[in-house]
Amino acid sequence: MSIEQFIENEVKSNDVVLFMKGTPQFPQCGFSGQVVQILDHVGVGYKGLNVLESADLRDGIKAYSNWPTIPQLYVKGEFVGGCDIVREMFQAGELQQLLADKGVTVAASA
Amino acid sequence: MWQIMSARDTITQKLHEAFGPESLDVVDESHLHEGHAGHKPGGETHFRVNIVSDAFAGKSRLDRHRMINATLAKELAGSVHALAIKANAPGEAG
Repeated sequence: MSIEQFIENEVKSNDVVLFMKGTPQFPQCGFSGQVVQILDHVGVGYKGLNVLESADLRDGIKAYSNWPTIPQLYVKGEFVGGCDIVREMFQAGELQQLLADKGVTVAASA
Repeated sequence: MWQIMSARDTITQKLHEAFGPESLDVVDESHLHEGHAGHKPGGETHFRVNIVSDAFAGKSRLDRHRMINATLAKELAGSVHALAIKANAPGEAG
């Protein structure tokens, strides 16, 4: 399986996927950590893929999204953006709306 | 005397040429990331861009970032490790 096929399979078989440096439990970059905090706050389940474990994945996701930096968030197979975009969308309530529009379940808000 | 442009100068110049911005602020934040992966001695690895331009009117957040990333593709493929972007059209809430 090519790296492109691997990425495509991941973003299509998981509702929410975060390509990041480190893991959701232990982010190894401040920008990845910010997105983890936002997703946890929103209460949505997601799969974290650590690009530091694979140069193929790190280069592959940049090419796949045509986006030069990590982290990268996908919802239902669609590229949402990096740290700045996710944060701005969260602050405007647009991220929560996007998840609702796409039918992604989130934990009941506190 | 001839002087090598800093990465910050190069980024500023390219964004000026591409977008004719109403306002543009390029901040070298490399010193905030010392010891972090991607940081190099001498800095010039982490930048923050605040830009206001007519070119972004009617464009999505993704489109705005893609326009800037494309303009700075050479820098992002080279020494620049991280680029935080805030891109607005004139009149939008900052």
